[in-house]
Amino acid sequence: MKRLANWRLISLLAMLALVLTGCSGEPFVSALKPAGEVADMQYDLMKLSTYIMVGVILVVTIIFVIVFFRFRRKDDKIPKQVEGSHKLEIIWTVIPILLLLILAVPTVAATFKLADIKEMDKKDSDALVINVRSHLYWWDFEYPKQKIVTSQDLVVPTNEKVYFNLKSLDVKHSFWIPAVGGKLDTNTDNVNKFWLVFDEDRANEAGNLFYGKCAELCGPSHALMDFKVKAISRAEFDKWVKDMQAVKEPKKAKTELAAQGQELFNESCIGCHAVTPSNQMPDTARIAPNLTNFGERSRVAGILDHNKEELMNWIKDPESYKPGNLMTGKYKDFTDQELEALAEYLMGLKVQE
Amino acid sequence: MSTYAQKKGFGSVIWDYLTTVDHKKIAILYLIAGGFFFLVGGIEAVFIRIQLAVPNNDFVSAGAFNEIITMHGTTMIFLAAMPLLFAFMNAVMPLQIGARDVAFPFVNALGFWLFFFGGVFLNLSWFLGGAPDAGWTSYASLAIHSKGHGIDFYVLGLQISGIGTLIGGINFLVTIINMRAPGMTYMRMPLFTWATFVSSALILFAFPPLTVGLTLMMFDRMFGSNFFITENGGNTIIWEHLFWIFGHPEVYILVLPAFGIFSDVFSTFSRKRLFGYSSMVFATVLIGFLGFMVWAHHMFTTGLGPVANAIFSVATMAIGVPTGIKIFNWLLTMWGGSVKFTTPMYWAFAFIPSFVIGGVTGVMLASAAADYQYHDSYFVVAHFHYVIVGGVVFAVFAATHFYWPKIFGTMLNEKLGKITFWLFFIGFHMTFFVQHFLGLWGMPRRVFTFLPGQGFEMSNLISSIGAAFMSAGVIVLLINVIVTSVKNEKVGNDPWGDGRTLEWSIPSPPPFYNFKQLPLVRGLDPYWLEKMEGKKGMTPAEPLGDIHMPNASFIPFVIAFGLFVAAFGALYNGEKSWAVPVIIIGLLITFGSMLVRSLKDDHGFHIHKEELMDDNDKGVKA
Repeated sequence: MKRLANWRLISLLAMLALVLTGCSGEPFVSALKPAGEVADMQYDLMKLSTYIMVGVILVVTIIFVIVFFRFRRKDDKIPKQVEGSHKLEIIWTVIPILLLLILAVPTVAATFKLADIKEMDKKDSDALVINVRSHLYWWDFEYPKQKIVTSQDLVVPTNEKVYFNLKSLDVKHSFWIPAVGGKLDTNTDNVNKFWLVFDEDRANEAGNLFYGKCAELCGPSHALMDFKVKAISRAEFDKWVKDMQAVKEPKKAKTELAAQGQELFNESCIGCHAVTPSNQMPDTARIAPNLTNFGERSRVAGILDHNKEELMNWIKDPESYKPGNLMTGKYKDFTDQELEALAEYLMGLKVQE
Repeated sequence: MSTYAQKKGFGSVIWDYLTTVDHKKIAILYLIAGGFFFLVGGIEAVFIRIQLAVPNNDFVSAGAFNEIITMHGTTMIFLAAMPLLFAFMNAVMPLQIGARDVAFPFVNALGFWLFFFGGVFLNLSWFLGGAPDAGWTSYASLAIHSKGHGIDFYVLGLQISGIGTLIGGINFLVTIINMRAPGMTYMRMPLFTWATFVSSALILFAFPPLTVGLTLMMFDRMFGSNFFITENGGNTIIWEHLFWIFGHPEVYILVLPAFGIFSDVFSTFSRKRLFGYSSMVFATVLIGFLGFMVWAHHMFTTGLGPVANAIFSVATMAIGVPTGIKIFNWLLTMWGGSVKFTTPMYWAFAFIPSFVIGGVTGVMLASAAADYQYHDSYFVVAHFHYVIVGGVVFAVFAATHFYWPKIFGTMLNEKLGKITFWLFFIGFHMTFFVQHFLGLWGMPRRVFTFLPGQGFEMSNLISSIGAAFMSAGVIVLLINVIVTSVKNEKVGNDPWGDGRTLEWSIPSPPPFYNFKQLPLVRGLDPYWLEKMEGKKGMTPAEPLGDIHMPNASFIPFVIAFGLFVAAFGALYNGEKSWAVPVIIIGLLITFGSMLVRSLKDDHGFHIHKEELMDDNDKGVKA
């Protein structure tokens, strides 16, 4: 039993050490490496509550250790039967209430601040709004004011409030970019709204690419429903928007192989996948990821390395990479040569030359 | 009594248990069934940890993984933790209040068989086309979308076992209200009885919302209604509310009895009355009450808006206060006491730091704005395992060792008990402590795998190794049970020597009528009071007289079995031609046997005074 007490102390110290030192995860995915106003607020609340709670734990531990060493049974004496103590009970009722108030006030303030989306409803607001639509294992991002649509890789400007409209078109998912801010569910019933800020310096530290996750169990490939967030400066963002908008009709393939790929694509794929970014269809009609800028994305299907080989593997047998996805079986079996052509074409889909 | 049992053949023992209405035997049934499901849920947990030991693992497929996590959660909550606590409530609570049985022994048996058949039905899904796969919360959009019959098994199985739990809870309430021995006022009841009382009240109010939710889901899935189907005007958020209006009190239904067990263990092995008894009772009731006011903290990210989130956030924090009161009262119970570290006391002692960690992360989670980060991440997984394992499972282990002699008349081996403790305790913290960090580092919960390069590898491996330790601990406990049962060394009334409450004043195991004469209760910890005055046992509150006992009955089994049959019909409704007839046959069995029960008078029997005297003589000789 001696070991028990020691073990508790050690683990407590270890926890503190972990929190205080750099063991706080990867900067592109960790909530302990906040990279924006929202994540900062949440990190501050985490720290505040941790400090209060470590205080509580210390008090309990001290009493616990004293009890352990001082009051072990040594003889057969019957201890005094104490009923209780009003004074002590008042102390350990009032102090926790005060501690909780210290935590409750900033919590309530932050909760309201994070829900402040008045800017979205203003008519002539120039705030950036993005409509996020979650589907079984992929994400659709629509920029309604810019009239463009993209998928899987969310592109955002840094150092400004970005507003999101979130909805799911099949089952419930949850939209989470841990390093940038807490999650909000994409319900099937209603649109949820919130905002995030992507801090420029810390985005650079994280390689300008944040990991996004689905945080609500949504079926077999829930674990693989990742997306990525490219956080770039406002100027770069504006350029990206302009480049996207410039694609009015599907781009012509450049090489012969890619041209064959495009033909195959037009036969088998274009029924679901759009290769123009214009926002003419309603969200429910966008049943597969938009591929306009596929060649500039960071992952194939959100999870695989972005190269031709993985792309060919994916098209050949998506089921083995993302079980339960809705692409499997929707098109004919391609030969290896055809796969190569398709991959060549898709990898060439770029808007930023 | 043991001589009776030894004379019986194996078949008649089985029949005895199938028809028993004795709360002590029903307790053993709950213990065996709950223990079995605990092992099943434990194996599922081990599969989860094997799958997540390394990134991109393919030990199980993605679909199978979702079935395993769903069944792990559902089994552990509904089929392991609750029945195991029900086992101890049944075994101990009537003894603690000085009653000869629960108020409705027949209903008690019915409750067990409903739980049992519901649990079996749910687990048969593994063999009949696949288990439910929408998580134990079974959120509506995913549950409706789920193919196969998994969710149907979930809905019907939980419905049946839920009825069992509900009537069990009502039974305990009535028992505690009506059947306390002379002098056993409310404020003299042991804390475990108090916890049973409050917990049963929570069951009474919390299970109906679940029943409603499950019924709506059943109609949507099996009979084509549209309660949760958004396209047709349904609303999936309603399911979340119904589920959590049940689900949050459920946490307290589990943890309050655990608090009760620990309260009794602390005071027993500290040889001291519980510090601040009345504030402990008050805190128990307050936790139960507040437990109904906080369900939406499970839905902070659903988008209820800042007003709802703020209110539920503050209400949730408030629960920390009565829980804190309890922690300090336990510590002060030991303070100044004469603390003996037996195996139950090991568990109780280790419970304090473990549960405090679960409690403080609970307060952290209560902070709505910060919860947007924690929600549905591994942080939450760590939190609720610290509460449910560190609280409830530790309590079940403590109670198993503590009450084993009272239930079976033999002592579990202390040495093996302590080995179990160390293995499980170390494994538990190893498994779940790192998961706090995994969550904060960005790992969502319920993922069947994780990709390399996100910083999750090491901690997941540590967590999986911890699970191996926990399993080893459970295996040692099983060995302990076998060794103890084979040795079969009988013990006396008060084998721990420090018993304070009424159950320790009667033989282990107690005779089937419990108390020959109802005891006179003269204060809190009545047996202790008598011992301190140099008396050997309780002062009787009544002269020796005939005791009225209920007859055994097979009908509870048949009623539950009928629903089990009908559930198969409902499951295959619209798919198999025999479905509707099977529903009808099943319901006929159930309602027919209820009719038999209602029409046929069963007045029970009397144990006559003379027989009781004989028994007394035998007892003295032995």
